[in-house]
Amino acid sequence: MHRTGELFGQFQTLEQQKESATLGMWTFLITEILFFGGLFLTYTINRHAYAEVFAFSSRTILLSWGAVNTVVLIGSSLTMAMSVWSAQVGKKKLVTVFLILTLILGTVFLGIKGIEYYDKYVEHHIPGASFDMYYCTSNPSACHLDDAALQREKKELQEAEDRSGSRVAVNAHAQLFFSLYFAMTGLHALHMIVGAGLLLWLVSQSIKGRFTPEYNTPVENIGLYWHFVDIVWIYLFPLLYLIDRH
Amino acid sequence: MSEHIVSPKLYIVIFLALMILTFTTVYAATVDLNHLFPGLNVIVALVIATCKALLVVLFFMHVYYSSKRTQLIVFAGVFWLAIMLFLTLSDYGGRSWDAH
Repeated sequence: MHRTGELFGQFQTLEQQKESATLGMWTFLITEILFFGGLFLTYTINRHAYAEVFAFSSRTILLSWGAVNTVVLIGSSLTMAMSVWSAQVGKKKLVTVFLILTLILGTVFLGIKGIEYYDKYVEHHIPGASFDMYYCTSNPSACHLDDAALQREKKELQEAEDRSGSRVAVNAHAQLFFSLYFAMTGLHALHMIVGAGLLLWLVSQSIKGRFTPEYNTPVENIGLYWHFVDIVWIYLFPLLYLIDRH
Repeated sequence: MSEHIVSPKLYIVIFLALMILTFTTVYAATVDLNHLFPGLNVIVALVIATCKALLVVLFFMHVYYSSKRTQLIVFAGVFWLAIMLFLTLSDYGGRSWDAH
């Protein structure tokens, strides 16, 4: 391929080359918006149909971890944006530093997600043969429920049962909630893992001094991807953790 | 059309605004707004999330400074998402025989 400095043969100018790359990246991100959009739509319809059980299931997820993870992920977006700025103004060392910080924050997010998944495993909230929304009220010590929490959970569970008709219905609808919870947060986490791989590659290139004010398209485009994944979480957090807390 | 470089100062301001909005949405979730207006808790949570998403798209993702063509592509994506959500939900909403 013809290449003059940083300019590939099919382009007239560096600006045109950059514009094409941004446009291409956004076209890919649109397919991602619609991809996640289908899951958000499924969630909305089922939440509307089984509001009571979805609300109860949502309250069994710890709000604190979700809130901490929101701060961590938005922080990683800030460091990603700073690494793009460093490349644009030619501070090569800073590009690497900010990329590594982004990678660390992304890993912290995934670690916290792992803790949350483990809690759901202990509480028998993973859809499948051993799924049981009544497990914690019959084994309060295994789920670290104190007396007040146990009474509250029993009362809410009873209310959910009265509304939906039976124990079987509560477990069926709660499995639907947790299937969606794991599908949505799992797909999001998968995107984070892909993003972490891309960041590792960026770091390896950045150490070689590959990114300059003239050419930093990989940093810019992987940055766009990273911010997109952040936006998905910005919607997942209220929908899965927040709207039924009061 | 030359490249616009967003300053670190603006990035930090945006980050702080996102933190304040995160705090607000967590606080709003603990207050029962539904007795004022049914579904108000959901509306408040989604409006705040949309404000946060807009800040990220416009400034972290530089769409505010992008070419008209890129802005059109971004808008088209959101518009198509709106079509999918709106038409499907209005279909479900209109099914009186499928009431729960």
